[in-house]
Amino acid sequence: MATSIVVENVSKRFTMQYTRTIKQMSIAVLRGEQLKDTFLAVDDVSFKVEQGESIGLMGLNGSGKSTLLKLISGVMTPDSGNVLTRGRIAGLIAAGAGFHQQLTGRENLYLNAAILGMSEAETKRKLDQIVDFADIGKFLDTPVGHYSSGMGARLGFAIAAHAESDIFLADEVLAVGDRPFKRKCIARMNEIKKEGRTLFYVSHAPGSVRKMCDRALVLVDGRLGFDGPVDEGIHFLKYDDSDDDDGPDQDDDDLGADI
Amino acid sequence: MADPDRVPEEPLVSPSDRGGLHHVFRERYLLRLLVRKELKARYQGSVLGLFWSYVNPAVRFLAYYLVIGLIFQMDRNMTNFPVHIFAGMVLTHYFTETFSSGTRSIIRNKRIIQKLPLPRELFPVSSMLVSLYHTFPQMVILLGAVLVVGWDPSWLNLFQGLLGFTIIGVFGMALALLFSAANVFFRDFQNIVGVFMIFVTWSAPMIYPYDRIQGLFGGTWAEQVYLANPIATSVILFQDLFWVPTVGPDAPYPAVVPDHMVERGLVVLAVCLLVLAIAQRVFTRLEGKFAERL
Ligand SMILES: Nc1ncnc2c1ncn2[C@@H]1O[C@H](COP(=O)(O)OP(=O)(O)O)[C@@H](O)[C@H]1O
Ligand SMILES: [Mg+2]
Repeated sequence: MATSIVVENVSKRFTMQYTRTIKQMSIAVLRGEQLKDTFLAVDDVSFKVEQGESIGLMGLNGSGKSTLLKLISGVMTPDSGNVLTRGRIAGLIAAGAGFHQQLTGRENLYLNAAILGMSEAETKRKLDQIVDFADIGKFLDTPVGHYSSGMGARLGFAIAAHAESDIFLADEVLAVGDRPFKRKCIARMNEIKKEGRTLFYVSHAPGSVRKMCDRALVLVDGRLGFDGPVDEGIHFLKYDDSDDDDGPDQDDDDLGADI
Repeated sequence: MADPDRVPEEPLVSPSDRGGLHHVFRERYLLRLLVRKELKARYQGSVLGLFWSYVNPAVRFLAYYLVIGLIFQMDRNMTNFPVHIFAGMVLTHYFTETFSSGTRSIIRNKRIIQKLPLPRELFPVSSMLVSLYHTFPQMVILLGAVLVVGWDPSWLNLFQGLLGFTIIGVFGMALALLFSAANVFFRDFQNIVGVFMIFVTWSAPMIYPYDRIQGLFGGTWAEQVYLANPIATSVILFQDLFWVPTVGPDAPYPAVVPDHMVERGLVVLAVCLLVLAIAQRVFTRLEGKFAERL
């Protein structure tokens, strides 16, 4: 087994900038107001992930999960510490990023796939699979601006879910889409996991984390509060209180809670 | 496809290293799609499409020609004055479009930049390519015009023209990189661009001939300062290709252009390449904070 992700004493400090133009800035200075404020969104976090592990990243809103994912994907650079990754990264943090309202679904599909690092040949090969998965049927050749928000998200998800990668990041992906689509997504992520890719899954739904992941990380105000087995992680977060019946509908409720 | 023991061949690397401007040209396929997107988006819903990108330069050309040429009678003692204006405008239009759309390119694509670790230089570069695309048909019109009035360029003229075009391209790219990055932090920068445009129009000999400058400053340091401006240098080099060969040696009013333009051009090009390298360094420095500041 090879190491897939190394996160070493990583911190990320955000600046809350209150001024956007030089004029606003001068006014703020004259009035003696504060220009900016900083805080640590990710605070000295360290962990290591082996290739093929599936990690459930949990934590309250604002605890730094998305920021940590952006540091791993390389969208953001840490202020201190090191992030190292091995191989290609894809993920659903980027679902639909860069969709252009005036281009058709097909044109957006090609562009988005290219943005995710897919070649023209790879996109052509997977086109049918992606269109099938997104299930947008005859709307493929109409402008994305006319799509319902669910359709756009589905197309974005479908493209990202079919990009080749060694690491797959998924940030609260199931917040959009209807129930059948959510089930399809879970199934697809299970496939991705079976392919031996490293999976990083951010979710508030204990059920789906339990099913999908074999290790949990819990962030508390930017610090890594817990790193270990999933059940203990969920317990650590006290998310398991409401989660003790195992009725037949359990599956769907898990999905629904992922918002 | 199930392969539980899959191990990628790549080494462990820092995911945020994106590698600079030269890296962009390895992403040719993506660049092509981005350019196509921008072109398509710009003309969506307009019947005349690309035609609109001629309206602006055409109207400006007419205005300058009518006011400066006919009303101020500039074309009385100047041969092929319209060619002189138009050649300059084709070139400066390429520059101003690269500069202004490049400056806004990072903000315009913020949804992608906030989510995906692409080389961010892709966006100013694709703005430059879109501008280049728009320049092509204008070049065709310019060529038609000079062929009508009679045009016999030498190889040297051709080299001068290419040199001028290269200088303004490199300079425009450098400014687009710098300003697009700065614009993320302070939106004032896109307004500075507007001011700069006025400077561009008047700092190079296109609506007035170079002999006016020579008459005013000839032989002084002011002339050297005027000529050191990359925009003036490239416009004059461009006139050397398109305007000078249409005038001919025995025209009633011979073409006046400065000497040693090739040497000057090469020096200015070297300086512009240096500015581009610095702009790239600054861009790399600032881009680490793009995702959080957009
Ligand atoms: N670009 C940014 N600039 C300033 N603050 C930010 C930025 N992005 C996120 N934050 C702040 O950082 C904290 C962590 O955010 P985030 O990682 O999105 O949390 P989570 O995904 O766990 O809900 C929040 O307080 C959020 O407001
Ligand atoms: Mg989040």
